[in-house]
Amino acid sequence: MNKRLSSDKVPPGPLEKKWAYYKANCKLVSPGNRKKYHIIVVGTGLAGASAAASLGEMGFKVSCFTFHDSARRAHSVAAQGGVNAAKNYKNDGDSVYRMFFDTIKGGDFRAREANVYRLAECSMSLIDQAVAQGVPFARDYGGYLDNRSFGGVQVSRTFYARGQTGQQLLLGSYQALMRQVSKGSTTVYTRHEMLDIITIDDEAHGIIARHLDTGELETHYADAVIIASGGYGKIYYLSTLAMACNASAVWRAYKKGAMMGAPSWIQFHPTSLPQTGTHQSKLTLMSESLRNDGRIWVPSQKNDERQPQDIPESDRNYYLERRYPSYGNLAPRDISSRAARHEIEGGYGVGPMKNAVYLDFKDAIQNKGMAYIKDRYGNLFDMYNKITGRNPYKEPMMISPSAHFTMGGLWVDYELMTNVRGLFAIGEANFSDHGANRLGANSLLQACVDGYFIIPYTLPNYLAGKSNTHRKQEIEKAGEACKQAIQDEIRRLTQIEGSKTADQFHRELGQILYKYCGLSRTAEGLKEGILAIKALRAEFDQSLIIPKNIHSINTELEKAMRVKDYLELAELMCLDAMNRHESCGAHFREEYQTEEGEALRQDEAFSYVPVWCMDDSGDHHLLKETLNYEFVSMTERSYK
Amino acid sequence: MKVTLKIWRQSDKNSKGQFVEYPMEDVDKDMSLFELLDTLNERLVLKGERPIVYDSDCREGICGQCGIMINGEAHGPLMNTSACHLHMRSFNDGERLTIEPFRSAAFPVRQDLSIDRSAMDRIIQAGGYVSVDTGQASDANQERISHHAYDEAMNAAACIGCGACIAACPNASAALFTGAKISHLHRLPQGQIESDDRVINMVTTMDDEGFGNCSNHATCEAVCPAGISIKVIADMNKLYLKQIGKG
Repeated sequence: MNKRLSSDKVPPGPLEKKWAYYKANCKLVSPGNRKKYHIIVVGTGLAGASAAASLGEMGFKVSCFTFHDSARRAHSVAAQGGVNAAKNYKNDGDSVYRMFFDTIKGGDFRAREANVYRLAECSMSLIDQAVAQGVPFARDYGGYLDNRSFGGVQVSRTFYARGQTGQQLLLGSYQALMRQVSKGSTTVYTRHEMLDIITIDDEAHGIIARHLDTGELETHYADAVIIASGGYGKIYYLSTLAMACNASAVWRAYKKGAMMGAPSWIQFHPTSLPQTGTHQSKLTLMSESLRNDGRIWVPSQKNDERQPQDIPESDRNYYLERRYPSYGNLAPRDISSRAARHEIEGGYGVGPMKNAVYLDFKDAIQNKGMAYIKDRYGNLFDMYNKITGRNPYKEPMMISPSAHFTMGGLWVDYELMTNVRGLFAIGEANFSDHGANRLGANSLLQACVDGYFIIPYTLPNYLAGKSNTHRKQEIEKAGEACKQAIQDEIRRLTQIEGSKTADQFHRELGQILYKYCGLSRTAEGLKEGILAIKALRAEFDQSLIIPKNIHSINTELEKAMRVKDYLELAELMCLDAMNRHESCGAHFREEYQTEEGEALRQDEAFSYVPVWCMDDSGDHHLLKETLNYEFVSMTERSYK
Repeated sequence: MKVTLKIWRQSDKNSKGQFVEYPMEDVDKDMSLFELLDTLNERLVLKGERPIVYDSDCREGICGQCGIMINGEAHGPLMNTSACHLHMRSFNDGERLTIEPFRSAAFPVRQDLSIDRSAMDRIIQAGGYVSVDTGQASDANQERISHHAYDEAMNAAACIGCGACIAACPNASAALFTGAKISHLHRLPQGQIESDDRVINMVTTMDDEGFGNCSNHATCEAVCPAGISIKVIADMNKLYLKQIGKG
């Protein structure tokens, strides 16, 4: 094993001049030459669509792949609360530096400074861009853009479009993409799932995609490939993600030589709806913005059977306000989730399965009026009512932490390129800006900034500097071999003829991960988790059952391939969590906590991003990207 | 509770389909309808039968994938609710649920309950966007937009692109879907500049794709999970007539 981590390519100079320096010095492709380059984008969520549209506008030949029936369906659509930008329209002390610092601190000092600063720097252009596209962000009565607050910050920098910010931003990028399709620069291949990357000597040359309607395996060659396939929180089965969200593109890139950054750093969202029974297929998220006006509490007595309305103030424990007085109900997600879990495990949980806490709007309705609450959160309240059959205007909501966002993902350098040349990863699919914990309303931002503002500079820089060392024949040979391997894999899965469905395996895997590699972890638990995952993998290879047709729609085959990748990734997640003898952000090791139960970092030993790679025999190896904080000093992350 | 699922089975777009009945016992009333379909599919796979193909992804009413007819109604019995938000408590013990795909000449059946809605993408391609390239935008607060205009734009922009409006319409018209995009963009200064061409191009494409005309039944509004009002159709017609009048 002689792999080395490639350079992070961070430009020289002071923090606030790095991106300007990069833009002024990167290589360009002249307008007349752009159509000669073919770029593949995998995924049409916010990151993929914005990258594809922007590159198409510049004149590149772009092909975009999605397993959905339309580019408008990706799960970016479901983000509710908002998108951050350091516009300081509220005159409340915001600035690029403050946003950068909040994000670095929110990530518990485990992200690369230069990337995070660039995210904050580009945030303002994103708001301009979205408004120009017709994204209807909320306006105040003077006609100016309105903002609200999200967890982990003390300013109002979150722009929103009712509770549908993700939908509106996605539609903005989808429409920009459709415009490029009509102009002929870009082709969207819907109902196509990427199953492998074609590489030669750690350089990307295209992908293998399966047409989900005909089962045909297609080979598509390209000069560069961008993975924008989103996060893999669905590995926990019960999560806030959509049913088909998966890790396959990311994982298959990993198996082809790309590296994974911090695969175990996964955010549990504090305000999702609790599980109510075994039939459940997902946990719906309620926007964090609700914490602007809702107060979180549990009864002070264990197993209190009273209805929430009947519990007097004196018998309520507003634990977030009590433990974190300066941030209160807007404490960051990792802290809020852990605090909720602490109360639930302590026996104070509420609801039929005793697995929830209350989010109460009684005071807000009393102080600000029903109309105000309806205007701000109407659709969220309606959604709560539809799902639970309960009325949150009359009784508090019940919420619970759920697997949500993956900070971890494909390791990328400052150019968002993986260590496979010409293979880029953007949006939630990469590990870059969020460190060990993502702040609310930064995910839409990162997806957009990566796609609209970074890739259009860094990808041409790669193309312009590329030497065509590989001959067409050689590339086609690699493509054929890739396709053959996928064909064999599909045949093997259909021939197992066992007695357990892909979903059954997925549910079991989810239970293992929640138990051993969830909100809190221990060395011992992780060891058991790895054994359990290995056993489940062996059982999968023996006992999977799926229909045998391969030349027509086979949804079970699609699921089985995703679950197969999940089973492999799950083991790496546990390894990563086990290696890290510290608590940071969302990664909480019970062995490393303060007396008050807060995360205890071990900066001396662990100021690095864990970067994993796989050798030819399938073993995982750890490399380290050391984090040198030049511009901020690491402090204990306090929200008290 | 017990229910019987009477489901449309069709092996591909060219074959003839038929209904098949599946009795379901021990149904939890808090289960969603799609979770019941998941359960049924698991049973079918284990028996070696072909599972039912249906579109369903986010399961929180926003991605627009899950269009099905339930007892003859697009997205089933609840107002402003997509099928993925239907729970079994909305049905009676012993009830028979007839489930079939959205039907329209412009929506070929892919298999069982899954349909091809790419015609809707082509309507958007005809002009459902603002012609702005990345990097051209000026400061977001430069142009003020009244709270009212924002509100109306947002009401129209909320469309989830599921196609229920088309399935419910006796003419299979896409007027609500097309009107929603035209109205959303027309109400904002950024989109208004292109309204004239947009309305002609989108309406022409809508006709070419084989969607019918609007004859004011308003069933589209009744079934729309995003609560889009037929006012958007009036907006579209007004803009269209103005253009035709210019002739």
